[in-house]
Amino acid sequence: MIGGGTGGTLAANRLRRSLAPDDAITVIDADDRHLYQPGLLFVPFGLAPAARLVRPRAAQLRAGIDFLQSVVEEVDVEADQVVLAGGERIPYDVLVVASGARLLLQETEGLTGPGWGERVHTFYSLPGAATLAGALASFAGGRLVVDLVDLPVKCPVAPLEFCFLADWYLQRHGLRSRVQLTYVTALDGAFTKATCNRELSGLLARKGVEVVTEFATARVDAAGGRLVSYDEREVGFDLAVVVPLHGGADYVSRSPGLGDALGFVPTDGGTLQARVKPNVFVIGDAADLRASKAGSVAHFEGPVLARNVARYLGREAPDAHFDGHTNCFIETGFGKAILIDFDDDLEPVAGHFPTPIGLPLLRESRLNHLGKLAFEQLYWHAILPGREIPLVGSEMPRAGKRPQLAPPLLQTEGGTR
Amino acid sequence: MTTATYAEREVSLDAEGFFTDPSQWDEAEAPAIAAAEGISPLTDRHWEVIRFMRREYEEKGAAPNVRALAKTSGVSIRELYQLFPKGPAKLAAKIAGVPKPVGCI
Ligand SMILES: Cc1cc2nc3c(=O)[nH]c(=O)nc-3n(C[C@H](O)[C@H](O)[C@H](O)COP(=O)(O)OP(=O)(O)OC[C@H]3O[C@@H](n4cnc5c(N)ncnc54)[C@H](O)[C@@H]3O)c2cc1C
Repeated sequence: MIGGGTGGTLAANRLRRSLAPDDAITVIDADDRHLYQPGLLFVPFGLAPAARLVRPRAAQLRAGIDFLQSVVEEVDVEADQVVLAGGERIPYDVLVVASGARLLLQETEGLTGPGWGERVHTFYSLPGAATLAGALASFAGGRLVVDLVDLPVKCPVAPLEFCFLADWYLQRHGLRSRVQLTYVTALDGAFTKATCNRELSGLLARKGVEVVTEFATARVDAAGGRLVSYDEREVGFDLAVVVPLHGGADYVSRSPGLGDALGFVPTDGGTLQARVKPNVFVIGDAADLRASKAGSVAHFEGPVLARNVARYLGREAPDAHFDGHTNCFIETGFGKAILIDFDDDLEPVAGHFPTPIGLPLLRESRLNHLGKLAFEQLYWHAILPGREIPLVGSEMPRAGKRPQLAPPLLQTEGGTR
Repeated sequence: MTTATYAEREVSLDAEGFFTDPSQWDEAEAPAIAAAEGISPLTDRHWEVIRFMRREYEEKGAAPNVRALAKTSGVSIRELYQLFPKGPAKLAAKIAGVPKPVGCI
Protein backbone atom coordinates (compact mmCIF):
# COMPACT_ATOMS: atom_id res chain seq x y z
CA MET A 1 0.00 0.00 0.00
CA ILE A 2 1.61 3.30 -1.01
CA GLY A 3 0.24 6.01 1.26
CA GLY A 4 -1.02 5.83 4.84
CA GLY A 5 -3.57 8.65 4.57
CA THR A 6 -7.36 8.30 4.52
CA GLY A 7 -7.65 5.72 1.71
CA GLY A 8 -4.53 3.68 2.48
CA THR A 9 -5.34 3.39 6.18
CA LEU A 10 -8.98 2.38 5.80
CA ALA A 11 -8.17 -0.05 2.98
CA ALA A 12 -5.34 -1.70 4.95
CA ASN A 13 -7.58 -2.09 8.01
CA ARG A 14 -10.39 -3.62 5.95
CA LEU A 15 -8.00 -5.99 4.18
CA ARG A 16 -6.39 -7.05 7.46
CA ARG A 17 -9.81 -8.20 8.64
CA SER A 18 -10.73 -10.04 5.45
CA LEU A 19 -7.43 -11.59 4.29
CA ALA A 20 -5.76 -14.68 5.74
CA PRO A 21 -3.38 -13.96 8.66
CA ASP A 22 -0.33 -15.01 6.63
CA ASP A 23 -1.10 -12.52 3.83
CA ALA A 24 1.34 -9.73 4.69
CA ILE A 25 0.21 -6.10 4.40
CA THR A 26 2.73 -3.25 4.35
CA VAL A 27 1.75 0.42 4.36
CA ILE A 28 4.46 2.79 3.14
CA ASP A 29 4.30 6.51 3.85
CA ALA A 30 6.85 9.30 3.61
CA ASP A 31 6.08 10.57 7.13
CA ASP A 32 4.37 9.57 10.36
CA ARG A 33 1.94 12.46 10.67
CA HIS A 34 -1.63 11.58 9.71
CA LEU A 35 -3.49 14.84 9.16
CA TYR A 36 -7.27 15.16 9.43
CA GLN A 37 -7.49 17.33 6.31
CA PRO A 38 -11.13 18.46 6.61
CA GLY A 39 -10.03 20.24 9.81
CA LEU A 40 -7.79 22.57 7.76
CA LEU A 41 -10.86 24.62 6.85
CA PHE A 42 -11.35 25.64 10.48
CA VAL A 43 -7.74 26.47 11.39
CA PRO A 44 -7.59 29.95 9.77
CA PHE A 45 -10.63 31.05 11.81
CA GLY A 46 -9.26 29.83 15.13
CA LEU A 47 -11.94 27.12 15.23
CA ALA A 48 -9.50 24.19 15.37
CA PRO A 49 -6.04 24.11 16.93
CA ALA A 50 -3.54 22.76 14.38
CA ALA A 51 -2.03 20.26 16.81
CA ARG A 52 -5.37 18.48 17.32
CA LEU A 53 -5.56 17.50 13.66
CA VAL A 54 -2.44 15.31 13.56
CA ARG A 55 -1.94 11.78 14.89
CA PRO A 56 0.74 9.12 14.30
CA ARG A 57 0.00 6.94 11.26
CA ALA A 58 0.94 3.57 12.70
CA ALA A 59 -1.51 4.05 15.58
CA GLN A 60 -4.38 4.11 13.05
CA LEU A 61 -3.40 0.70 11.63
CA ARG A 62 -4.62 -2.64 13.05
CA ALA A 63 -2.24 -5.15 14.57
CA GLY A 64 -0.70 -7.28 11.85
CA ILE A 65 -0.09 -4.42 9.41
CA ASP A 66 3.51 -3.30 8.88
CA PHE A 67 4.15 0.43 8.65
CA LEU A 68 7.23 1.46 6.71
CA GLN A 69 8.28 5.10 6.81
CA SER A 70 10.00 5.75 3.52
CA VAL A 71 9.61 7.78 0.33
CA VAL A 72 8.54 5.83 -2.75
CA GLU A 73 10.73 6.73 -5.70
CA GLU A 74 9.11 4.65 -8.43
CA VAL A 75 6.91 1.64 -9.12
CA ASP A 76 8.35 -0.98 -11.43
CA VAL A 77 5.03 -2.22 -12.78
CA GLU A 78 6.67 -4.84 -15.01
CA ALA A 79 8.57 -6.44 -12.13
CA ASP A 80 5.82 -5.95 -9.48
CA GLN A 81 8.16 -3.99 -7.22
CA VAL A 82 8.07 -0.70 -5.35
CA VAL A 83 11.39 1.16 -5.41
CA LEU A 84 12.20 3.19 -2.28
CA ALA A 85 14.31 6.35 -2.10
CA GLY A 86 17.38 4.45 -0.95
CA GLY A 87 17.08 2.06 -3.90
CA GLU A 88 15.57 -0.79 -1.89
CA ARG A 89 12.96 -2.82 -3.81
CA ILE A 90 9.81 -4.16 -2.16
CA PRO A 91 8.11 -6.94 -4.16
CA TYR A 92 4.29 -7.28 -4.15
CA ASP A 93 1.51 -9.55 -5.36
CA VAL A 94 -0.99 -6.70 -5.22
CA LEU A 95 -0.21 -2.98 -5.06
CA VAL A 96 -2.69 -0.43 -3.75
CA VAL A 97 -1.90 3.12 -4.81
CA ALA A 98 -3.21 5.46 -2.09
CA SER A 99 -0.76 8.33 -2.42
CA GLY A 100 -3.39 11.04 -2.78
CA ALA A 101 -2.94 14.41 -4.46
CA ARG A 102 -0.37 17.12 -3.79
CA LEU A 103 -0.31 20.89 -4.30
CA LEU A 104 1.51 22.02 -7.45
CA LEU A 105 2.41 25.54 -6.33
CA GLN A 106 5.12 25.86 -8.97
CA GLU A 107 2.50 25.48 -11.76
CA THR A 108 1.21 29.00 -11.11
CA GLU A 109 3.63 31.83 -11.67
CA GLY A 110 4.36 33.90 -8.58
CA LEU A 111 2.73 31.56 -6.07
CA THR A 112 5.83 30.66 -4.12
CA GLY A 113 7.54 34.00 -4.78
CA PRO A 114 7.80 37.12 -2.62
CA GLY A 115 4.63 37.75 -0.65
CA TRP A 116 3.83 34.04 -0.26
CA GLY A 117 2.76 33.56 3.34
CA GLU A 118 2.29 37.33 3.72
CA ARG A 119 -0.32 38.62 1.29
CA VAL A 120 -0.88 35.31 -0.50
CA HIS A 121 -1.90 32.18 1.39
CA THR A 122 -3.45 28.75 1.15
CA PHE A 123 -5.31 26.72 3.78
CA TYR A 124 -4.72 23.45 1.90
CA SER A 125 -1.67 22.56 4.02
CA LEU A 126 -1.23 22.65 7.77
CA PRO A 127 1.57 25.27 7.80
CA GLY A 128 -0.42 27.29 5.25
CA ALA A 129 -3.62 27.20 7.32
CA ALA A 130 -1.73 28.18 10.49
CA THR A 131 0.01 31.13 8.79
CA LEU A 132 -3.29 32.28 7.33
CA ALA A 133 -4.83 32.29 10.81
CA GLY A 134 -2.25 34.92 11.79
CA ALA A 135 -2.86 36.97 8.64
CA LEU A 136 -6.64 36.98 9.15
CA ALA A 137 -6.28 37.97 12.79
CA SER A 138 -4.36 41.07 11.77
CA PHE A 139 -6.44 41.86 8.66
CA ALA A 140 -7.93 45.30 9.06
CA GLY A 141 -10.09 45.36 5.93
CA GLY A 142 -9.80 45.66 2.15
CA ARG A 143 -10.19 43.16 -0.66
CA LEU A 144 -10.14 39.49 0.40
CA VAL A 145 -10.00 37.16 -2.61
CA VAL A 146 -10.45 33.38 -2.57
CA ASP A 147 -9.10 31.85 -5.78
CA LEU A 148 -9.71 28.33 -7.08
CA VAL A 149 -6.95 28.00 -9.68
CA ASP A 150 -8.24 24.91 -11.48
CA LEU A 151 -9.66 21.44 -11.05
CA PRO A 152 -8.98 18.84 -9.93
CA VAL A 153 -8.68 19.83 -6.27
CA LYS A 154 -9.42 17.99 -3.07
CA CYS A 155 -12.86 18.70 -1.68
CA PRO A 156 -14.01 21.18 -4.35
CA VAL A 157 -16.55 22.72 -1.96
CA ALA A 158 -13.89 23.72 0.60
CA PRO A 159 -13.07 27.05 -1.14
CA LEU A 160 -16.78 27.97 -0.98
CA GLU A 161 -16.95 26.96 2.66
CA PHE A 162 -13.96 29.21 3.25
CA CYS A 163 -15.94 32.15 1.79
CA PHE A 164 -18.96 31.40 4.01
CA LEU A 165 -16.81 31.13 7.13
CA ALA A 166 -14.84 34.26 6.21
CA ASP A 167 -18.15 36.18 5.98
CA TRP A 168 -19.10 34.91 9.43
CA TYR A 169 -15.64 35.60 10.90
CA LEU A 170 -15.49 39.15 9.55
CA GLN A 171 -18.96 39.92 10.87
CA ARG A 172 -18.06 38.60 14.27
CA HIS A 173 -15.02 40.87 14.34
CA GLY A 174 -17.04 43.86 13.17
CA LEU A 175 -15.07 44.09 9.93
CA ARG A 176 -17.49 42.81 7.31
CA SER A 177 -18.49 46.27 6.05
CA ARG A 178 -14.85 47.10 5.47
CA VAL A 179 -14.13 43.98 3.41
CA GLN A 180 -14.92 43.22 -0.21
CA LEU A 181 -15.11 39.43 -0.38
CA THR A 182 -14.65 37.87 -3.84
CA TYR A 183 -14.66 34.25 -4.98
CA VAL A 184 -12.63 33.71 -8.16
CA THR A 185 -12.96 30.36 -9.94
CA ALA A 186 -11.74 28.65 -13.08
CA LEU A 187 -15.16 26.98 -13.39
CA ASP A 188 -18.15 28.48 -15.18
CA GLY A 189 -20.14 28.54 -11.94
CA ALA A 190 -19.69 28.25 -8.18
CA PHE A 191 -20.05 24.47 -8.48
CA THR A 192 -20.23 22.15 -11.50
CA LYS A 193 -23.37 20.19 -10.61
CA ALA A 194 -26.26 22.28 -11.91
CA THR A 195 -28.80 22.06 -9.06
CA CYS A 196 -26.18 22.53 -6.41
CA ASN A 197 -24.62 25.40 -8.32
CA ARG A 198 -27.94 27.25 -8.20
CA GLU A 199 -28.25 26.75 -4.44
CA LEU A 200 -24.68 27.73 -3.65
CA SER A 201 -24.69 30.73 -5.98
CA GLY A 202 -27.80 32.01 -4.24
CA LEU A 203 -26.15 31.62 -0.87
CA LEU A 204 -23.00 33.43 -2.00
CA ALA A 205 -25.11 36.30 -3.30
CA ARG A 206 -27.06 36.54 -0.03
CA LYS A 207 -23.81 36.70 1.92
CA GLY A 208 -22.51 39.46 -0.34
CA VAL A 209 -19.73 37.39 -1.90
CA GLU A 210 -18.93 38.57 -5.40
CA VAL A 211 -18.20 35.72 -7.85
CA VAL A 212 -15.81 35.87 -10.82
CA THR A 213 -16.09 32.80 -13.07
CA GLU A 214 -14.01 31.26 -15.88
CA PHE A 215 -10.92 32.96 -14.49
CA ALA A 216 -7.89 30.81 -15.33
CA THR A 217 -5.18 32.18 -13.04
CA ALA A 218 -1.89 32.56 -14.89
CA ARG A 219 -0.06 34.67 -12.34
CA VAL A 220 -0.30 35.80 -8.75
CA ASP A 221 1.35 39.17 -8.35
CA ALA A 222 1.71 39.60 -4.60
CA ALA A 223 3.63 42.89 -4.76
CA GLY A 224 1.06 44.43 -7.12
CA GLY A 225 -1.85 42.79 -5.26
CA ARG A 226 -3.52 41.24 -8.30
CA LEU A 227 -4.42 37.94 -9.90
CA VAL A 228 -3.87 37.87 -13.65
CA SER A 229 -5.65 35.36 -15.90
CA TYR A 230 -4.41 33.78 -19.12
CA ASP A 231 -6.81 35.98 -21.05
CA GLU A 232 -5.36 39.08 -19.35
CA ARG A 233 -8.16 39.85 -16.90
CA GLU A 234 -7.21 41.09 -13.43
CA VAL A 235 -8.65 40.86 -9.93
CA GLY A 236 -7.06 43.05 -7.28
CA PHE A 237 -6.54 41.95 -3.66
CA ASP A 238 -5.13 42.96 -0.32
CA LEU A 239 -5.21 39.39 0.97
CA ALA A 240 -5.43 36.35 -1.34
CA VAL A 241 -6.31 32.80 -0.36
CA VAL A 242 -5.33 30.52 -3.22
CA VAL A 243 -6.29 26.89 -3.76
CA PRO A 244 -3.48 25.77 -6.07
CA LEU A 245 -3.62 23.24 -8.88
CA HIS A 246 -3.28 19.63 -7.71
CA GLY A 247 -1.40 16.72 -9.22
CA GLY A 248 -0.68 13.15 -8.21
CA ALA A 249 2.45 12.07 -6.28
CA ASP A 250 5.61 12.66 -8.28
CA TYR A 251 6.71 8.99 -8.29
CA VAL A 252 3.56 8.24 -10.33
CA SER A 253 4.83 10.28 -13.28
CA ARG A 254 8.23 8.63 -12.95
CA SER A 255 6.74 5.12 -13.15
CA PRO A 256 6.33 4.09 -16.81
CA GLY A 257 2.70 3.50 -17.76
CA LEU A 258 1.26 4.23 -14.31
CA GLY A 259 0.09 7.85 -14.51
CA ASP A 260 -1.45 10.50 -16.78
CA ALA A 261 -0.10 13.97 -17.59
CA LEU A 262 -0.98 15.31 -14.12
CA GLY A 263 0.33 12.29 -12.22
CA PHE A 264 -3.07 10.74 -11.52
CA VAL A 265 -3.54 7.03 -12.14
CA PRO A 266 -5.96 6.03 -14.94
CA THR A 267 -8.37 3.72 -13.13
CA ASP A 268 -11.42 1.59 -13.88
CA GLY A 269 -14.05 3.53 -11.93
CA GLY A 270 -16.03 0.36 -11.23
CA THR A 271 -13.47 -2.23 -10.10
CA LEU A 272 -10.89 0.36 -8.92
CA GLN A 273 -8.14 -1.48 -10.85
CA ALA A 274 -5.45 0.63 -12.51
CA ARG A 275 -5.59 0.40 -16.29
CA VAL A 276 -1.88 -0.41 -16.41
CA LYS A 277 -2.08 -3.89 -14.84
CA PRO A 278 -4.75 -5.95 -13.04
CA ASN A 279 -2.73 -6.38 -9.82
CA VAL A 280 -2.55 -2.62 -9.24
CA PHE A 281 -5.55 -1.07 -7.45
CA VAL A 282 -6.21 2.58 -6.66
CA ILE A 283 -8.14 4.26 -3.83
CA GLY A 284 -8.81 7.90 -3.03
CA ASP A 285 -7.42 11.06 -4.60
CA ALA A 286 -4.67 9.27 -6.57
CA ALA A 287 -7.19 7.96 -9.13
CA ASP A 288 -8.21 9.88 -12.25
CA LEU A 289 -11.92 9.24 -11.55
CA ARG A 290 -14.73 11.70 -12.16
CA ALA A 291 -15.78 11.34 -8.52
CA SER A 292 -14.73 14.13 -6.14
CA LYS A 293 -11.38 13.96 -4.45
CA ALA A 294 -12.86 13.53 -1.00
CA GLY A 295 -12.39 11.39 2.08
CA SER A 296 -16.01 10.27 1.80
CA VAL A 297 -15.27 8.86 -1.65
CA ALA A 298 -12.28 6.89 -0.29
CA HIS A 299 -14.59 5.64 2.49
CA PHE A 300 -17.24 4.43 0.04
CA GLU A 301 -14.56 2.89 -2.19
CA GLY A 302 -13.18 0.92 0.78
CA PRO A 303 -15.47 -2.14 0.72
CA VAL A 304 -15.30 -2.35 -3.09
CA LEU A 305 -11.51 -2.27 -3.07
CA ALA A 306 -11.17 -4.76 -0.21
CA ARG A 307 -13.49 -7.25 -1.88
CA ASN A 308 -11.85 -6.96 -5.29
CA VAL A 309 -8.31 -7.28 -3.90
CA ALA A 310 -9.34 -10.39 -1.95
CA ARG A 311 -10.95 -11.90 -5.06
CA TYR A 312 -7.89 -11.09 -7.14
CA LEU A 313 -5.64 -12.85 -4.62
CA GLY A 314 -8.03 -15.84 -4.72
CA ARG A 315 -7.78 -15.85 -8.54
CA GLU A 316 -11.37 -14.77 -9.02
CA ALA A 317 -12.54 -11.91 -11.22
CA PRO A 318 -13.31 -8.65 -9.33
CA ASP A 319 -17.08 -8.34 -8.97
CA ALA A 320 -17.63 -5.35 -6.68
CA HIS A 321 -18.48 -2.09 -8.38
CA PHE A 322 -18.04 1.51 -7.18
CA ASP A 323 -20.91 3.87 -8.09
CA GLY A 324 -19.20 7.23 -7.56
CA HIS A 325 -20.99 7.80 -4.24
CA THR A 326 -19.96 11.12 -2.66
CA ASN A 327 -21.24 12.79 0.46
CA CYS A 328 -20.24 16.14 1.85
CA PHE A 329 -21.19 18.58 4.50
CA ILE A 330 -20.82 22.15 3.29
CA GLU A 331 -20.18 24.49 6.20
CA THR A 332 -22.10 27.70 5.57
CA GLY A 333 -21.23 29.76 8.64
CA PHE A 334 -23.27 30.86 11.67
CA GLY A 335 -23.41 27.30 12.98
CA LYS A 336 -25.09 25.83 9.92
CA ALA A 337 -24.23 23.50 7.09
CA ILE A 338 -25.71 21.92 3.97
CA LEU A 339 -25.44 18.19 3.24
CA ILE A 340 -25.17 16.86 -0.29
CA ASP A 341 -25.12 13.20 -1.35
CA PHE A 342 -24.75 12.03 -4.94
CA ASP A 343 -23.22 9.49 -7.32
CA ASP A 344 -22.21 9.25 -10.99
CA ASP A 345 -25.86 9.08 -12.09
CA LEU A 346 -27.87 11.18 -9.66
CA GLU A 347 -26.82 14.72 -8.91
CA PRO A 348 -27.42 16.28 -5.48
CA VAL A 349 -31.16 16.49 -4.79
CA ALA A 350 -33.44 17.50 -1.94
CA GLY A 351 -34.84 15.06 0.64
CA HIS A 352 -33.27 13.43 3.67
CA PHE A 353 -30.20 11.29 4.31
CA PRO A 354 -29.77 8.34 4.57
CA THR A 355 -33.49 7.53 4.98
CA PRO A 356 -36.66 9.66 4.80
CA ILE A 357 -36.07 10.52 8.45
CA GLY A 358 -32.53 11.79 8.69
CA LEU A 359 -30.38 14.79 7.92
CA PRO A 360 -31.94 17.31 5.54
CA LEU A 361 -30.35 17.33 2.07
CA LEU A 362 -29.46 20.44 0.08
CA ARG A 363 -30.75 22.71 2.81
CA GLU A 364 -28.99 24.75 5.49
CA SER A 365 -29.49 23.40 8.98
CA ARG A 366 -27.88 23.33 12.42
CA LEU A 367 -28.13 19.54 12.44
CA ASN A 368 -25.83 19.32 9.42
CA HIS A 369 -23.32 21.61 11.13
CA LEU A 370 -23.29 19.24 14.10
CA GLY A 371 -22.83 16.41 11.60
CA LYS A 372 -19.80 18.16 10.16
CA LEU A 373 -18.25 18.58 13.60
CA ALA A 374 -19.03 14.98 14.57
CA PHE A 375 -17.28 13.85 11.40
CA GLU A 376 -13.89 14.46 13.05
CA GLN A 377 -14.50 11.79 15.70
CA LEU A 378 -16.15 9.54 13.13
CA TYR A 379 -13.01 9.89 11.00
CA TRP A 380 -10.58 8.59 13.63
CA HIS A 381 -12.89 6.01 15.18
CA ALA A 382 -15.02 4.61 12.32
CA ILE A 383 -13.75 5.70 8.90
CA LEU A 384 -10.03 4.94 9.37
CA PRO A 385 -10.66 1.61 11.15
CA GLY A 386 -12.77 0.72 8.11
CA ARG A 387 -15.98 0.18 10.06
CA GLU A 388 -19.44 0.37 8.58
CA ILE A 389 -21.34 3.45 9.68
CA PRO A 390 -24.90 2.46 10.69
CA LEU A 391 -27.34 3.01 7.80
CA VAL A 392 -24.64 4.44 5.51
CA GLY A 393 -23.38 1.77 3.13
CA SER A 394 -21.08 2.09 0.17
CA GLU A 395 -23.89 2.40 -2.36
CA MET A 396 -25.67 5.72 -2.54
CA PRO A 397 -29.00 5.49 -0.65
CA ARG A 398 -32.07 6.51 -2.66
CA ALA A 399 -34.81 6.06 -0.05
CA GLY A 400 -34.90 9.60 1.30
CA LYS A 401 -34.19 11.37 -1.98
CA ARG A 402 -36.77 13.40 -3.82
CA PRO A 403 -35.32 13.99 -7.29
CA GLN A 404 -38.84 14.49 -8.71
CA LEU A 405 -39.26 17.67 -6.67
CA ALA A 406 -38.02 20.78 -8.31
CA PRO A 407 -35.43 21.80 -5.75
CA PRO A 408 -36.69 24.77 -3.76
CA LEU A 409 -34.55 27.82 -3.49
CA LEU A 410 -32.34 27.27 -0.53
CA GLN A 411 -34.43 27.33 2.61
CA THR A 412 -32.90 28.48 5.80
CA GLU A 413 -33.81 27.53 9.31
CA GLY A 414 -34.49 30.27 11.82
CA GLY A 415 -33.31 33.56 10.43
CA THR A 416 -31.75 35.14 7.44
CA ARG A 417 -28.30 33.56 7.45
CA MET B 1 -31.02 18.16 -27.57
CA THR B 2 -30.89 20.39 -30.64
CA THR B 3 -29.56 20.09 -34.15
CA ALA B 4 -27.34 22.32 -36.24
CA THR B 5 -26.07 22.29 -39.79
CA TYR B 6 -22.35 22.60 -40.42
CA ALA B 7 -20.92 22.25 -43.94
CA GLU B 8 -24.34 21.11 -45.16
CA ARG B 9 -24.54 18.29 -42.67
CA GLU B 10 -27.13 18.07 -39.91
CA VAL B 11 -25.66 17.09 -36.52
CA SER B 12 -27.09 16.60 -32.98
CA LEU B 13 -25.85 18.82 -30.17
CA ASP B 14 -26.40 18.89 -26.41
CA ALA B 15 -27.75 21.94 -24.57
CA GLU B 16 -24.31 23.57 -24.53
CA GLY B 17 -23.58 22.93 -28.20
CA PHE B 18 -21.30 19.88 -27.88
CA PHE B 19 -21.69 16.96 -30.29
CA THR B 20 -23.72 14.12 -28.81
CA ASP B 21 -22.52 11.78 -31.57
CA PRO B 22 -18.84 12.42 -32.41
CA SER B 23 -19.13 10.19 -35.51
CA GLN B 24 -21.22 12.94 -37.13
CA TRP B 25 -18.12 15.15 -37.24
CA ASP B 26 -15.60 15.56 -40.01
CA GLU B 27 -12.92 18.18 -40.61
CA ALA B 28 -15.01 20.04 -43.16
CA GLU B 29 -17.42 21.05 -40.35
CA ALA B 30 -14.78 22.54 -38.06
CA PRO B 31 -14.45 26.00 -39.67
CA ALA B 32 -18.21 26.58 -39.38
CA ILE B 33 -18.33 25.52 -35.72
CA ALA B 34 -15.31 27.72 -34.98
CA ALA B 35 -16.81 30.71 -36.78
CA ALA B 36 -19.99 30.36 -34.70
CA GLU B 37 -17.74 30.64 -31.62
CA GLY B 38 -16.03 33.72 -33.01
CA ILE B 39 -12.83 31.98 -34.15
CA SER B 40 -12.04 32.60 -37.78
CA PRO B 41 -10.01 31.65 -39.71
CA LEU B 42 -8.54 28.44 -38.29
CA THR B 43 -4.74 28.56 -38.46
CA ASP B 44 -2.36 25.57 -38.59
CA ARG B 45 -1.84 25.99 -34.85
CA HIS B 46 -5.62 25.75 -34.24
CA TRP B 47 -5.71 22.62 -36.36
CA GLU B 48 -2.88 21.05 -34.39
CA VAL B 49 -4.90 21.41 -31.19
CA ILE B 50 -8.19 20.32 -32.79
CA ARG B 51 -6.65 17.17 -34.27
CA PHE B 52 -4.86 16.42 -30.99
CA MET B 53 -8.14 16.81 -29.10
CA ARG B 54 -9.87 14.46 -31.53
CA ARG B 55 -7.11 11.84 -31.22
CA GLU B 56 -7.10 11.99 -27.41
CA TYR B 57 -10.85 11.51 -27.37
CA GLU B 58 -10.68 8.58 -29.76
CA GLU B 59 -7.89 6.90 -27.79
CA LYS B 60 -9.03 7.60 -24.24
CA GLY B 61 -12.78 8.12 -24.55
CA ALA B 62 -12.66 11.55 -22.90
CA ALA B 63 -11.48 15.01 -23.87
CA PRO B 64 -8.57 16.37 -21.77
CA ASN B 65 -8.97 19.51 -19.65
CA VAL B 66 -6.79 22.55 -20.32
CA ARG B 67 -3.88 21.56 -18.02
CA ALA B 68 -3.67 18.06 -19.45
CA LEU B 69 -4.01 19.49 -22.95
CA ALA B 70 -1.06 21.85 -22.35
CA LYS B 71 1.09 19.11 -20.88
CA THR B 72 0.47 16.58 -23.65
CA SER B 73 -0.12 18.62 -26.83
CA GLY B 74 3.06 20.68 -26.64
CA VAL B 75 1.07 23.93 -26.93
CA SER B 76 1.47 26.07 -23.79
CA ILE B 77 -1.52 27.18 -21.72
CA ARG B 78 -0.81 30.78 -22.62
CA GLU B 79 -0.91 30.00 -26.34
CA LEU B 80 -4.01 27.83 -25.91
CA TYR B 81 -5.76 30.87 -24.44
CA GLN B 82 -4.62 33.01 -27.37
CA LEU B 83 -5.90 30.45 -29.88
CA PHE B 84 -9.16 29.65 -28.07
CA PRO B 85 -9.98 32.59 -25.77
CA LYS B 86 -11.92 32.01 -22.52
CA GLY B 87 -12.05 28.20 -22.43
CA PRO B 88 -9.48 26.46 -24.63
CA ALA B 89 -10.37 22.88 -23.70
CA LYS B 90 -14.10 23.49 -24.00
CA LEU B 91 -13.81 25.37 -27.29
CA ALA B 92 -11.35 22.95 -28.87
CA ALA B 93 -13.57 20.04 -27.85
CA LYS B 94 -16.62 21.72 -29.34
CA ILE B 95 -14.84 22.45 -32.62
CA ALA B 96 -13.40 18.91 -32.69
CA GLY B 97 -16.91 17.45 -32.33
CA VAL B 98 -16.34 15.67 -29.03
CA PRO B 99 -18.20 15.89 -25.69
CA LYS B 100 -17.35 18.57 -23.11
CA PRO B 101 -14.21 17.77 -21.08
CA VAL B 102 -15.37 16.64 -17.66
CA GLY B 103 -14.40 18.55 -14.56
CA CYS B 104 -13.65 16.46 -11.53
CA ILE B 105 -16.42 17.36 -9.10
C1 LIG C 1 -8.89 21.80 3.16
C2 LIG C 1 -9.45 20.45 2.91
C3 LIG C 1 -10.74 20.14 3.33
C4 LIG C 1 -11.28 18.88 3.10
N1 LIG C 1 -12.56 18.63 3.54
C5 LIG C 1 -13.11 17.41 3.32
C6 LIG C 1 -14.41 17.10 3.80
O1 LIG C 1 -15.08 17.91 4.43
N2 LIG C 1 -14.93 15.87 3.53
C7 LIG C 1 -14.23 14.94 2.83
O2 LIG C 1 -14.73 13.84 2.60
N3 LIG C 1 -12.98 15.20 2.36
C8 LIG C 1 -12.40 16.40 2.59
N4 LIG C 1 -11.13 16.67 2.15
C9 LIG C 1 -10.45 15.70 1.26
C10 LIG C 1 -9.83 14.53 1.98
O3 LIG C 1 -9.01 14.94 3.02
C11 LIG C 1 -9.01 13.73 0.96
O4 LIG C 1 -9.80 13.49 -0.18
C12 LIG C 1 -8.57 12.39 1.52
O5 LIG C 1 -7.70 12.60 2.58
C13 LIG C 1 -7.91 11.55 0.42
O6 LIG C 1 -7.35 10.40 0.93
P1 LIG C 1 -6.13 9.70 0.18
O7 LIG C 1 -5.82 8.48 0.94
O8 LIG C 1 -6.42 9.57 -1.26
O9 LIG C 1 -4.93 10.75 0.28
P2 LIG C 1 -4.20 11.30 1.59
O10 LIG C 1 -5.04 11.12 2.79
O11 LIG C 1 -3.77 12.68 1.26
O12 LIG C 1 -2.93 10.35 1.77
C14 LIG C 1 -1.91 10.23 0.80
C15 LIG C 1 -0.66 9.76 1.51
O13 LIG C 1 0.32 9.33 0.56
C16 LIG C 1 1.60 9.69 1.07
N5 LIG C 1 2.54 9.76 -0.06
C17 LIG C 1 2.44 10.52 -1.19
N6 LIG C 1 3.51 10.34 -1.97
C18 LIG C 1 4.30 9.45 -1.36
C19 LIG C 1 5.56 8.86 -1.68
N7 LIG C 1 6.21 9.17 -2.81
N8 LIG C 1 6.10 7.98 -0.81
C20 LIG C 1 5.46 7.64 0.34
N9 LIG C 1 4.26 8.17 0.69
C21 LIG C 1 3.69 9.06 -0.14
C22 LIG C 1 1.37 11.04 1.74
O14 LIG C 1 2.36 11.31 2.70
C23 LIG C 1 -0.01 10.87 2.34
O15 LIG C 1 0.04 10.46 3.68
C24 LIG C 1 -10.53 17.91 2.41
C25 LIG C 1 -9.23 18.21 1.99
C26 LIG C 1 -8.68 19.46 2.23
C27 LIG C 1 -7.27 19.75 1.78
